[in-house]
Order: sequence, then C-alpha cells, then structure tokens
Amino acid sequence: MSEVDELDTIEVLVCLGTGCESAKSNLLYNQLTMQIEKKGLGKRVKVKRIGCHGLCQEGPVLAIEPEGLFYCQVQESDIEEIVESHFIRNEPVERLFYQTPEGDRIPHYKDIPFYSEQQRVVLRNSGHIDPGNIEDYISAGGYEGLRRALKDMTPEQVIEEIQNSGLRGRGGAGFPTGLKWRLARNAPGNKKYAICNADEGDPGAFMDGSILTADPHSVLEGLSICAYAIGADEAYVYVRHEYPSSVAALKKALQDSYKRGLLGKRLLGTDYNLDIHLMEGAGAFVCGEETALMASIEGRRGMPRPRPPFPTESGLWGKPTVINNVKSLANSAIIIREGSVWFKSIGTEGSPGTAIFSLTGKVRNTGLVEVPMGATIRNIIFDVGGGIKENRTFKAVQTGGPAGGCLPAEKLDLPVDFDSLKEAGAIMGSGGMIVMDETTCMVDVARYFLSFTQQESCGKCTPCRMGTLQMLRILDKIRAGKGEEGDIDRLLELCETVVDGSLCGLGQNAPNPVLTTIEYFRNEYEAHIKEKYCPAMVCRDLVKFVIDPDKCIACGACSRICPTGAAKGQKEVVHHIEQELCIKCGACYEVCPPKVEAVMKVPAHVELVGGVD
Amino acid sequence: MTDIEDAEAMSQPTAAELQHQLIPMLQEIQERFGYIPSEAVGWLSQQLKVSSQEIFGVATFYNHFRLNPPGRHEIRVCLGTACHVGGGERLLDTIKEKLGIEPGETTEDERYSLERVACVGACALSPAVVIDDEVHGRMTQRSLKRLLDSLERQDKKSKKRE
Repeated sequence: MSEVDELDTIEVLVCLGTGCESAKSNLLYNQLTMQIEKKGLGKRVKVKRIGCHGLCQEGPVLAIEPEGLFYCQVQESDIEEIVESHFIRNEPVERLFYQTPEGDRIPHYKDIPFYSEQQRVVLRNSGHIDPGNIEDYISAGGYEGLRRALKDMTPEQVIEEIQNSGLRGRGGAGFPTGLKWRLARNAPGNKKYAICNADEGDPGAFMDGSILTADPHSVLEGLSICAYAIGADEAYVYVRHEYPSSVAALKKALQDSYKRGLLGKRLLGTDYNLDIHLMEGAGAFVCGEETALMASIEGRRGMPRPRPPFPTESGLWGKPTVINNVKSLANSAIIIREGSVWFKSIGTEGSPGTAIFSLTGKVRNTGLVEVPMGATIRNIIFDVGGGIKENRTFKAVQTGGPAGGCLPAEKLDLPVDFDSLKEAGAIMGSGGMIVMDETTCMVDVARYFLSFTQQESCGKCTPCRMGTLQMLRILDKIRAGKGEEGDIDRLLELCETVVDGSLCGLGQNAPNPVLTTIEYFRNEYEAHIKEKYCPAMVCRDLVKFVIDPDKCIACGACSRICPTGAAKGQKEVVHHIEQELCIKCGACYEVCPPKVEAVMKVPAHVELVGGVD
Repeated sequence: MTDIEDAEAMSQPTAAELQHQLIPMLQEIQERFGYIPSEAVGWLSQQLKVSSQEIFGVATFYNHFRLNPPGRHEIRVCLGTACHVGGGERLLDTIKEKLGIEPGETTEDERYSLERVACVGACALSPAVVIDDEVHGRMTQRSLKRLLDSLERQDKKSKKRE
C-alpha cells in the first residue's frame, strides 16, 4: 500500500464561532468536505464543526488534531493546498501558521502565548468537541457530574459540595452559588424552578454566547444538577434572541438530551424527573436582572421589582427559584465531577476558580480568554492579549459592561477577582474586557455607556430614568466643547442621586463609567471643558479634517468616498474639504494613501497657516 | 367537583399559562410577517385573553419587536463597546447620510431599513455591520461603500428580471 494509508487518521476542526463565522468559515467547511471526498480521503480525514476556539483575531481558524496544528486566517482558496500538501503529502502549510509580531511562525496552538498563558476549565471543551454531537461531550467526560449527583449523592450533599468549593456567581455580583441553592432548597413549597440566565446583554461581551454555542451540554448538565439539588422538576434557559447560533445549539442539545434519557422522566434510570424549557429574550438589556428576567418569562414587561423577597423565596410565578449565570452552571457541573478540593486549588482564596473574559478593543489578540482568578490585568492584556495593536500606548481597560468602570495604567497590576476590582471602582461583571489606547476619548466612552443605560432604563425609578438623562446632556455639552466650570461637580452629584435612588443593579451601577473616568481621567474632562480640546481627537465638534496641499497628490480617493461631497477637487488639482458640508465621518482620513498622508485630523480651533482648508 | 369537571379545569390553561405564551407568540408573528401588524394584536388578545393595551405595552417594551414593516434589506449597525471604540458610530453616520433615514426608519422606496443594535457578539471583529442577517466584520469606510454599492447592484439586477 502507498505511504498515504500508513498515516494516522486526523481530525480537521473548523471553527464556527461568531468571529470565524462572520469571516465565512462555513464556506471553508463545505470546501473541505468536498475536497476530501473528491480526493477519497474520507476514511482518514474527518471534518468536524466546533464552537469558538478562542483566538478570534486570527479567524477563520482550523485546528488539526491530534497534532494540535493551527491554521490562521484561512481563505477558501487555501483549502486545496491544505488538502494536497498536508493531508496527502504530510507537509503542513507553514505560511498559514500563527505569526508572531516578530515574524516567527508557530505551528501548534499550545505554543502560542495566547493559549499557553491561559488555564481552561470551563472552556476545556470549547473548540475541541462538536457542539452538535452529544457523544462528543460524553466521551470528554460529560454528564459524569450529573450521574454522580443523581446516583451517589443526596441533594444536600450536592449543595454541600458546591458550598465547599467556594464558587461565586459568575454573573457579576459574586454571590456564593451554594448558598443560593441552599436558600431555595430550604424555602417552603413543592414547586420550585431553576433558571439559566443566558441573557448576555453587555455590549462588548460574548463569553456566554460562545460557551452555549461551543459546549451547550456543559451548561445543561450544570442546570440539571442545580435543579436536582434544589428540588425543582422544571427549569428554563433564558437566552438572548440576538444569538441565533446559541439558540440553535441549545435546541439541538435539548433534543439529544431527551433522546438520551438525560432529561424528561426518570433521569438516568433514577426516579428524578426534569424538564428544561428554552425561552428566547426579546432584546431588553434590563432582563439580565433576575426579577426582570422572571417577569419576561411570565410574559410581562421586563421591569425589576424590589428585593426582598429574593427569588430563592418567591421567584417565578411566586415559587422559590434559583437563577444562575451560564458560567456558574458550567462550573457547577465540573465541580461535582472533579470535586471541590480540586476546584479550590485554582484561583485565589476569596475567589476560587477561573475568570473568563471576552478580550476586545485595541488589543492585538482579541478573543475568548480563561485565566485563574488572581491573574493581573497586565497578564491578560499583555501576555495573553499580546499587548496593544499597532504599538500604541495602553490607556484604559473597561470591565463589567455598562455597569463597570474604566481602569488606568496604574491599575494594570491589579489582580482580577471579585473583591479587588470592586475596590478599584470597576466590577468583575460577566466578563467583558475592552482595551483602550490613546485614540480613545474617555469622555466619549463614559457618554457611550451612559447613553446605553439611559436607553435601557425601564423607567420605573425616576432617578435612573431622569438622572441618567441629565447626566447624558451634560456629557453631550462637554463633548460639543460647550462645557462649563462646575459641570464635573454636577455630574458627581447626579451620580450619587442615581446610585442611591434606584432599585436594581442597572441604576445603581449606571454611574460607574462616569465616576471612574472622572476619578482616573479628570484631566481629559478638564481639557474638553477649559481648552475645548479632545486629547484623543475623537469628539467630532472638537476636531476637523483638513488636507495638506503640499502633500496632496490629487489621487481623488477622498472625493470618491466622501458621502457628502465635502472633499472637493479634480484631476491634478489639489483637493480640499469644505467644512460646512463635512460630517466628520473620517472616511477621507482612512482612504488617503499611507504614503501620502495628506488628510489630517486637527483640533477644530486650530487655524492652519499656508492656505490649508 | 366531578371527575369530568376536574379534568376540564385541568385542560383549560390558566391566565398565567396564557400570558406566558405572549412573547413567544409575538416572536412567531414577527418571524412570519417581519413585524407585528395591528390586526395580529387583536387576534392575539382574543387567543390569550390578554388586553390589547397589555400586548402593545409588551411589544413596545422589547427592542426586538417592530410595529411597522421592514425594508427589503435590513441594515443593522453594531454599536457594542468594541464597535463603538472601533468607529461604529462613524459608519452609522455614513449610512444615515447615504440612505437619508435615521435608525428605526425605512426608506420611502421600502428598500432599506436601518437599525442600531447593542451588540451582536462579533466583538473580536469590530466594527461590525449586519446586512440581512449576515455579519460583516472589520468594516472600514471603504468596505462599507463597497458593500452598499453591491446591494444597489443586486437590487437593480433583480428589478430588471422582474
């Protein structure tokens, strides 16, 4: 027989996470299966769909197992070469390996710093198993936790184990998960509910969606364990409608679980029954708040109500209810499987386990990251993330979504855990981490988050509804260069009112972005107010675009792209921008050839000499 | 209560059970028609024994529901944090300028509707623009122009065929 047949079987994993999918990885999948069939390699080479592999920046990515080779930014046209060279001649395509900033190629993903600096517990299966295949999950040790809970443990023992592990709720607040379960178990009544909160609404965060798409069974397993522990025979997964791939993965996973006897009547042959229902959200950020989420399941407007009574006492339809985040449940399943002692060996004493972040913004390696609690922000951004894009300077990092805060460079060595972040004014939140560099304006960022919470405020509490609006107006004024002395103090005063006068977490935390940016970047506010100058050159009323006549080569790139016809000129005549027509979209600045750099962004009040503009 | 009455009471859904159907049914209506027609609200009110006011209250509370028909192409500009920092707002400005509509509106010729969305989860590829459910990542002013131009061309082609 030929040499080819002696080669081991290989698996080609095609990432279909949101990042890679929007880079058209489904085309790669089709092309691969076609080519492999055409070349008659079907027996030896298996193509498998996977969820998010992690390094979204390099998408679409392919992983070749069991070798652990990793191809980055693969195009449809590369497939034939991969099949011919790698799968037939056993010569991997080096030019598609990960490239370091220094230009070296790294063949195995395990050696890429982005992966080697992580510790993957919850994400252990993400990017390795086919989320649509329940057998894949089971052969990776899945449902072992549920089996152990149902067959070897009483509900009390399950709760005890979770309490011993010290697991804290991964939705952001860090409430002890085991205690929550115990409260619900001890609450009077026969009918109880368990809910998985998968309404991941924070802008800039995609961890929960990725986990559900890449490893849906790990969440269902955790939810089943939770339901068993508290004595519920019905559970809900409330998932964001905006994540169609998570919804599809969950639907498939539920179907397969019922078929396999992992849901429904007499789970795994015991006399425990459980039904899990799927409920799609309808695009209201506030429904991430637990009482609002329950109102939404009941079919009403998702408005929070005062607590107490807490859901563990009176929740869905007035029955005792536990609501846990996606990551808390995925953690619970592995804790029951591996034991609380193992879990406590990871992370810090006060916050055991790992932290998962979706690392985005101006960082070199964007993607899904899992590190032990207690790792510093510097570890995450510089070791895992590879530092700032285009060698710019780090300015701030934002965690915790619209309710979180912005931390400056001085806080880079802060360990990431529930308590340290809170102390610094930010919060752990659900796991969004957005990196900002010198081209980000902090006043603009504060305004962005506030406009978000202002729009999403349900309107029940006046300080939240109106206070955020007043704050927004002041920030708009500052951004427009019309800020006055005393505006910063007025903002701080309003922040206090909104914090004190709001019922739920949305209002209580809405001022955080404003408070932290004032605390750490007050000089930027002052530059806007006193000098009418935006140091990052972002606020559009404080900048203008002009063309340097000495540099312009009259190529016409700017006049072609300008949506308003403000960039004027003709062949061989130096171009200029008519300021009255300009909407400051920056398109001309973007398309002006890098060798020319004639279009400039300058402070609005600068008069340029030499007839520019 | 006789056994038969008991069984009937059991099979009749309670008010809470009916209300629980409201959001999934609104979603199904929108899936089918692209929006929530006012006739559908009346029908739903009878089916679920929930007042029309309540239904409108719910439909307007949630961002996902729209009460007017969408355009043939739905353009959604992501303004999640990563996209905002990456210049999503400026992309939105360009589209607004080109189509002459604000987010939430549909062009007069019913070809385009424009929306801003909070986050589509493609943060690692920011800024993102979603056109007819297809996510386009790492958008620049240049790739946006190309994308809009190709939509125009597609439309013209299909018009000719008609």
